[in-house]
Amino acid sequence: MAKNESTRPDTARFIAHGTILRRLSPLATVLVLLLAWHWITDWRLVSRILIPPPAAVLEAFTQAMVDGTLARHTTTTLGEMMVGLLFGVSVGLAIGYAIAKAPLLEYILSPVIVGFQSTPIVAYAPLLIIIFGTGPSSKVVTTAVIVFFPTLVNTIVGIRGVSPRLRDLMRSLNAGRWQVLLKLELPSALPVLLAGLKTSTTLAVIGAVVGEFVGSGSGLGVLVISARSQYDTPLVYVTVLTMTAIALSLYSLVALVEWRVLDWQRRSA
Amino acid sequence: MRLSLQGVEVGYPAPSGAYLPALGPISFDVADDEFVCLVGPSGCGKSTLIRVLAGLLPPTAGTAYCGDELINRPLPQTAIMFQDTNLMPWRTVLDNIALPLEIVGATKTERFRIVRELLPQLNLEGFEFAYPAELSGGMAQRVALGRVILQQPRIWLLDEPFGALDALTREKLSLELLRLRGRSQQTIVLVTHDISEAVLLADRIIVISRRPGTLAADIDIDLPRPRSADMIYQPGFLRLAKQVRACIEDLRD
Repeated sequence: MAKNESTRPDTARFIAHGTILRRLSPLATVLVLLLAWHWITDWRLVSRILIPPPAAVLEAFTQAMVDGTLARHTTTTLGEMMVGLLFGVSVGLAIGYAIAKAPLLEYILSPVIVGFQSTPIVAYAPLLIIIFGTGPSSKVVTTAVIVFFPTLVNTIVGIRGVSPRLRDLMRSLNAGRWQVLLKLELPSALPVLLAGLKTSTTLAVIGAVVGEFVGSGSGLGVLVISARSQYDTPLVYVTVLTMTAIALSLYSLVALVEWRVLDWQRRSA
Repeated sequence: MRLSLQGVEVGYPAPSGAYLPALGPISFDVADDEFVCLVGPSGCGKSTLIRVLAGLLPPTAGTAYCGDELINRPLPQTAIMFQDTNLMPWRTVLDNIALPLEIVGATKTERFRIVRELLPQLNLEGFEFAYPAELSGGMAQRVALGRVILQQPRIWLLDEPFGALDALTREKLSLELLRLRGRSQQTIVLVTHDISEAVLLADRIIVISRRPGTLAADIDIDLPRPRSADMIYQPGFLRLAKQVRACIEDLRD
């Protein structure tokens, strides 16, 4: 091995490989957007009612934090989302697994599944509100419904993608049904399942907020509508950005789990 | 332990509904502690035969016995080594080798100890925590071999285990196989398309005809043991290799 190669400091190597630049570039994009936002409002290119300056949004944020509005609505939405995710993902995993194992089920269930998936959630959300009321349970249902489909599809793809030769191996070792599930099917399908979960987390925000738009007492969806009706544009911005932050954090959380769990994939690349 | 095939036939329904024979009828016995190589043109049903012996594929007709036991499921005294390495890409070398122990419920410390003891024999020391994709073809194949050894089978079913390797690595691994076997006698059935590999390893070579595969020739290999790589230049070896080759060539037309 060349000497200068090994003695080069780590940071220099990272920059040489473009890692630091690559890591920092998304941050730079955010910074540029913030600056552009600031200048547009500062030079009054657009009415401040349409686009409030970043400082006004920050002020609205502090205000909403101090009086507890933001925390209250965020808790509602986050709670609905998490329970909805849990339900939708569990049901999607279970039905997806059953379909992967028994292809006949796919034909039997396809009208229901395809029907649900083809109807826009905004269209039948009012229906769900009528059935489940304006409380959190209806939002749990909209969230569950919206995350169900990607979970289902990814589970089917993941389980069907398990190598038949590895199935033979497990059979030749006389592995039980649970051992096949835990030692073969689950780890083999995990990359696809986690990719599905990433999609699901961002969809979950949509599910909960759409439910709240249609009819609710609290939640970020309600806050957006009430802020807009009072022409409190900075608060609308605060709420929207909070939703983004929620979706982003959950997505990153799954990405982190993925990164930890799928170490083998990185090393195999 | 003895293996016995009696009129074994395997066939599949064609898309048209007709019956497509893939193998047989074929009958032969493998004696206790015998090393038998199956050779034949590609597509003759050698792998199908191994799958029947492994209990992974029920024959359409006929019966296969292991000792007095009917092979109608994978039997615990047999182990199969597959055509490719068939390792789990998400498991490290250690966890891949230890899989059979894990299935029977050995604890983590036990597994670790047993695999650690085996690694020097397999020339895999220091690679415990590597993933299959980080290994060379020969190393990956030795991991698969380790997995078979840990099952402590009385019967080894090897389906072209070294087929994907270069000639030298393959010869080395074949001889390692003989060395590993030398310690405790086992019945081995090995599928190969390499004639000199078959002659070098086997007590007996069974030549299978073109699809649907039936028994075309049954040749005793009376070369002395232990076998070594330089035997392939001896007249006795060459005569046998020629004989096997002639049998296979007869099948081509």
